[in-house]
Amino acid sequence: MSENNSGTVSLRAVCKNFRRGSEEIQVLHTLDFEVQAGEFVALMGPSGSGKSTLLNLIGGLDRPSSGTVEVSGEPIDRLSDSRLAGWRARHIGFVFQFYNLMPTLSADRNIDLPLLLTPLSKAQRREHVSTALSVVGMEHRAKHYPRQLSGGEQQRIGIARAIVTDPSLLLCDEPTGDLDRKSGDDILELLSALNREQGKTIIMVTHDPHAAAKASRVIYLNKGQLSTEPEE
Amino acid sequence: MKLLSQVFAISVVSLRTIPQRMGSSAAAAFGISGVVAVMVGVLSIGEGFRQTMTTSGSDDSVLVMRSGADSEMTSGLSLDETRVIADSPMIISLAEQKAVSAELFVIVNLPKRGTGTDANVPLRGVQDGSVSVRPGFELVSGRLFEPGRNEVIVGAGAAREFSSLNLGDSFSIGQNDWEVVGIFTSGGGVAESEIWTDASILQSAYRRGSGFQSVRLRLSDGEEATFQAFKDSLTSDPRLNVKVIRQSEYYSEQSALVTNLITVLGGLIAFLMGLGATFGALNTMYSSVSNRTLEIATLRALGFGAAPVVVSVLVESLVLSLVGGAIGGGFAYFAFDGFQTATMNWQSFSQVTFAFNVTLGLLVQGVVYATLIGLVGGCFPAWRAARLPISVALRAA
Repeated sequence: MSENNSGTVSLRAVCKNFRRGSEEIQVLHTLDFEVQAGEFVALMGPSGSGKSTLLNLIGGLDRPSSGTVEVSGEPIDRLSDSRLAGWRARHIGFVFQFYNLMPTLSADRNIDLPLLLTPLSKAQRREHVSTALSVVGMEHRAKHYPRQLSGGEQQRIGIARAIVTDPSLLLCDEPTGDLDRKSGDDILELLSALNREQGKTIIMVTHDPHAAAKASRVIYLNKGQLSTEPEE
Repeated sequence: MKLLSQVFAISVVSLRTIPQRMGSSAAAAFGISGVVAVMVGVLSIGEGFRQTMTTSGSDDSVLVMRSGADSEMTSGLSLDETRVIADSPMIISLAEQKAVSAELFVIVNLPKRGTGTDANVPLRGVQDGSVSVRPGFELVSGRLFEPGRNEVIVGAGAAREFSSLNLGDSFSIGQNDWEVVGIFTSGGGVAESEIWTDASILQSAYRRGSGFQSVRLRLSDGEEATFQAFKDSLTSDPRLNVKVIRQSEYYSEQSALVTNLITVLGGLIAFLMGLGATFGALNTMYSSVSNRTLEIATLRALGFGAAPVVVSVLVESLVLSLVGGAIGGGFAYFAFDGFQTATMNWQSFSQVTFAFNVTLGLLVQGVVYATLIGLVGGCFPAWRAARLPISVALRAA
């Protein structure tokens, strides 16, 4: 894998089917999709259109029924489950709609979790956590537990956890979906800054056109097909 | 090391969620503590009984009975035979007296203190050497009986268990009245469940002529060679037809039936209760995995492997079971250890008093059993947690 591939995404003829009882449901239809390194792509579409499924395939949380998924030049659909877990830890940062923080761990311990999968020493981990906290402007809340933080603050911690291992690709599933407009704007601004200043490739699933407007490219997904225009 | 730190981190997350599921977690731990308490409690009965019986004989103490006899009850020795045995030069002398005692015993019925119902007590006729053949013997109150008089000394266990066996009491059996003149202990051994009197008085009271049932004696040491030489000297003597056995071995055989019965019964009860507790632990851990679906899926998404997740579920299950095991073991120790009771010794058809004995070994057994329950109870939920499809779990949560 070459460095200049870092953060690129390439899906070729990807199909994804789910089985519900005896019925086979095709969610993604022979889909081709490319994202260049350093892009900020918003993925929009109605509920059930397959946005999250597409994000899961790119993040190695799911496997395509057919077709290939390459991220940073690596064909991840061929990796075993354990190698895929290691690959996710090294290359992907996930940001979830409901933050998915561990309620029993303080903010800094939450951010530290992905670093446990790296060979870093305790001191190095502490340094990385501190940097991530300062990037999201949450140094003063390091020892707070999720229940002591507002939604916007929790999402900032979620983003800090996503970037702490310095992945090239951030996958955000409705990152502002649970936030008010002001907090949502702050989070979008933070993601934009990460894209602009640190060159992170970002793929963001959203229902909100206002959020999508922050991206450099908007892709629409409808009935398992991609387009650059929303469906009428 | 990395795997260990992953396991540790996920286990900490897992354990810290226990208070959020306090009800089901406490129920599982409580169930396991009940199993351990009952198991340790029941087995401590067997252990106490076994200890009482086996502390009754040191290795240098020997019992001689008629050949073919399984117990003193079925043995019979003539006066001449007992004299031949007592003449053996291999028997040691203590305080210028040979450590040998020809003995007989009968079973008498006396009312128990607790219930007032009659139960069997051994009334043993002994000779002067009886004290020296039992190294743990100690007269704790009163005095020894006087030969030729209807006086008895009573073991502390029998005095505790039966009414009218206090120092100074008198009791009647058949045509005979007996007076309690002393209370003795014998290091917690089976003799403490007996009543002793002068052998010649007992022979005449029960019309046994000059016959005895056994001879107890002590050798110079407990070495196998010494014992074997003594045994050979008696069994090869044409005047004798006897069986020679170490007292420790004799009492071990005597205790085997009751100890085995209690051990099997205790094991069966513990097994059945353990099955129930295992299902309790299973239920708790399934609910734990279900409640933590989002956490587990998030950790997997972040890159944690299935193995640390499996171990974390097992760790939670083990912690709950160890807490349960410790509570159960502690309860058993404080509630049962030293509790005095009596049961029938089926070899002599008489009551043996003993104390429940919660040993370290039993407590370890209890904790090991609790661990086993925790492992089995955590296994399937852990497997389920590991196989959780991440994308589905993230969506469902």
